[in-house]
Amino acid sequence: MEPETHIRVKNLNVYYGKDHVLRDVSINIPDKRVIVIIGPSGCGKTTLLRSFNRLVDTVDGVRVSGEVMVDEENIFDPHVELTHIRKKMGLLSQTPYPLPMSIYDNVAYGPRLHGIKDKKKLNSVVEHYLKIAGLWEEVKDKLHTPATQVSIGQQQRLCLARGLAVEPEIILADEPTSALDPKSSRHIEESFLRLKKDYTIIVVTHILRQARRLADYVIFLYCGELIEHGPARQVFESPREKMTREYIQGVIS
Amino acid sequence: MDRRRIEENIFKGLMIVSTIALCLILVLIVAAITFKGLPSMRLSMITQTPKGGFYLGKEGGILNAILGSIYLAGGATILALFLALPVVLYLNLYARRNGSIVRLVRFCLDVLWGIPSIVYGAFGFTIMLFFGLRASLLGGIITVALLILPIMCRAMDEVFSMVPRGLLEASYAVGATRWETALKVVVRQGLPGMITAVLIAFGRGIGDAASVIFTAGFSDAVPNSLFRPAATLPLAIFFQLGTPFPQVQNRAYASAFILTMIILFISITTRIVSRKYTRHIIK
Amino acid sequence: MNIRVYKDKITARLMGVIAFLSCLILVLIIAGLYYRSRPVLELKPFLELLTSGSWHPLRQEFGFYPFIMGSLWVTGVAIIMAIPLCLLTSIYLSEYAPGYLREWIKPLIDLLAGIPSVIYGVWGVLVIVPLIKDTIAPRVGSFSSGYCVLSGGVVLGIMICPIIIHVSLEVFRAVPRELREASLSLGATRWQTIKQVVLRKARPGIMAAIVLGLSRAFGETMAVLMVVGNVPRAPGSLLDAAYPLPALIANNYGEMLSVPLYDSALMLACFILLLVVLLFNIVARIVLIRIERQM
Repeated sequence: MEPETHIRVKNLNVYYGKDHVLRDVSINIPDKRVIVIIGPSGCGKTTLLRSFNRLVDTVDGVRVSGEVMVDEENIFDPHVELTHIRKKMGLLSQTPYPLPMSIYDNVAYGPRLHGIKDKKKLNSVVEHYLKIAGLWEEVKDKLHTPATQVSIGQQQRLCLARGLAVEPEIILADEPTSALDPKSSRHIEESFLRLKKDYTIIVVTHILRQARRLADYVIFLYCGELIEHGPARQVFESPREKMTREYIQGVIS
Repeated sequence: MDRRRIEENIFKGLMIVSTIALCLILVLIVAAITFKGLPSMRLSMITQTPKGGFYLGKEGGILNAILGSIYLAGGATILALFLALPVVLYLNLYARRNGSIVRLVRFCLDVLWGIPSIVYGAFGFTIMLFFGLRASLLGGIITVALLILPIMCRAMDEVFSMVPRGLLEASYAVGATRWETALKVVVRQGLPGMITAVLIAFGRGIGDAASVIFTAGFSDAVPNSLFRPAATLPLAIFFQLGTPFPQVQNRAYASAFILTMIILFISITTRIVSRKYTRHIIK
Repeated sequence: MNIRVYKDKITARLMGVIAFLSCLILVLIIAGLYYRSRPVLELKPFLELLTSGSWHPLRQEFGFYPFIMGSLWVTGVAIIMAIPLCLLTSIYLSEYAPGYLREWIKPLIDLLAGIPSVIYGVWGVLVIVPLIKDTIAPRVGSFSSGYCVLSGGVVLGIMICPIIIHVSLEVFRAVPRELREASLSLGATRWQTIKQVVLRKARPGIMAAIVLGLSRAFGETMAVLMVVGNVPRAPGSLLDAAYPLPALIANNYGEMLSVPLYDSALMLACFILLLVVLLFNIVARIVLIRIERQM
């Protein structure tokens, strides 16, 4: 049975000035699993990820053609309500960027933006999502210290909690463990595996072993082109394309 | 739809208004000076020195001040360049990168940069008293050189610190000493930036009044000696504006117009130079 | 030893010495001005000079109070005017304006910075002074010659904009893009992101920018001198004339040598100016260096 999809990409082209970064990418992203985007560096993985919530827009001189449909709404339509789209997706960046405020306020930032004012409600929201991110036990006694004072691994989990607190359906993660030590990386990977029954998680990584550990579904990009995509087992065990096989075997990188 | 959209749009509107206002002020300043100054412009303004009764509205021009300013700013720029170049080369080639000495010198230069020109004027005057100098072209040159030294240093420092490490290493690798590298590689690579820095400093020097008011003095004659007082454009404007006679005040506006044009010319040249020559630089 | 190596050694020494000397200028300025202002400091204690309001050089009474108040008033007006203008403009340029617009406007602001203070003064006399005399003062039901605190403040406010904007833009640039993205991806609007993340992160740097502008305003001489009226009395309102410290120094230097202690008093004025400006600059620079290191 074809799984349900929230995100459909149709003929997506992205240019940075003269550089053609994504070439005619079309794909349906399946729901409620971990989707891993792999490919050599500079192949457009991050750009594809950032197209899903239109963060590509923030770059000067960017041009986009094609469609990204999220819940049947083309997000590159100029009339679209961006904050609404972005709220549907949590973002986890390469290195954690806690906002310049306390741990508590970091998690409460999103809910407050979207209108939750009630103190009790906020408290329970903050606790709930810190627990989901597996951070609650470590920080419950110092919720009001600046977020920059906890370890970098904790910061990344805090960023995860912050993203989850706006109740997204999708989590976008751009090499989320590349700045972390192995133990913190494992924490993040474990939470992904735990969360995938409720969320669609899209992870960009260039670490093949991590891709094998996490992926249910794999997207392989090369030089801005979508080479192959499919269930993880199929792509890793019997790739259809020669290029995918060579990449997985480490012949090309 | 919601309040936050409205708030954002209000503030965005305010931002655009204030940006336009700032640009408009520039236009307004140049326009006001031009409209007021241009009608009083005569050829004699830039070809003659003040004749008798000039400050009562009689014949003459401000050639003395124009040349005085050019000599003064030119002399100060050359003097400052001879001081700034070694400082900047030292910071970028000789001293340990980002060592405490480098940080200290940069910090001092930044602080010096913030000292008002009137303080430089008073300090310059103190030095002159110490050496027994009177208000003169030389005194003005020394004072203005001190004033523009930090400006020049910081501008050139920025240029030289952009010289790629690899370029220096390539030069060292063929056996060049630091001094040879400095002369043949760094200065050449940084030349357009240096020209820009020199022009910026010259522009600052020619426009500053508070530092020369008691160090260079004022004279109606074209300066012909380093030890004689010299007139400067900003002071000529200031003194003419201070007289009660409308004709003389009008000439002050014309003088202001001349100074503005000189400054605009320098600024625009700076921009063209830095754009034209950066193409030949290895990035 | 090789002559080339010799040359290198000598130039290294020489350059080190010159670099050291350029720092020494700072010390020399402080020491020189202090030395010259000592005679008047021996006459009366520093605090009394600061708080006394009587300025009668011929009777050897040197009270700086009116001049200090004059400086504070004018600087205050300038900074109040400049802050919103600069903040709005620099937020627009760094967060909203498209790249090409930014590249167009920045040189214009640099141009504004390059205009000599005398020209600002002339412009003030031509435009601001008549505006205040003929339009603003009658509108609020009072009389003013136009040469007043407000004129000085307005002209100064414009003069210090370029430096505040320049530094603020650097500070905004130092705020990591990922921080903005983190906030945007939570569904914040741009403006919410700016208010709650960018400005919060940039606050120390913005403060430093404002302090640099403040010190620039405090020391600016010619432009203020030309429009502020120069009456040695502490101003009581925006439409009163004032006599800031730098104007005092510039105006009286010529005649000072004939009156005993007068030059020392003016040097003390210079010294006070220097101390205030140094304090502002050092604090601001330390903050900015911290920010730069974080980048």
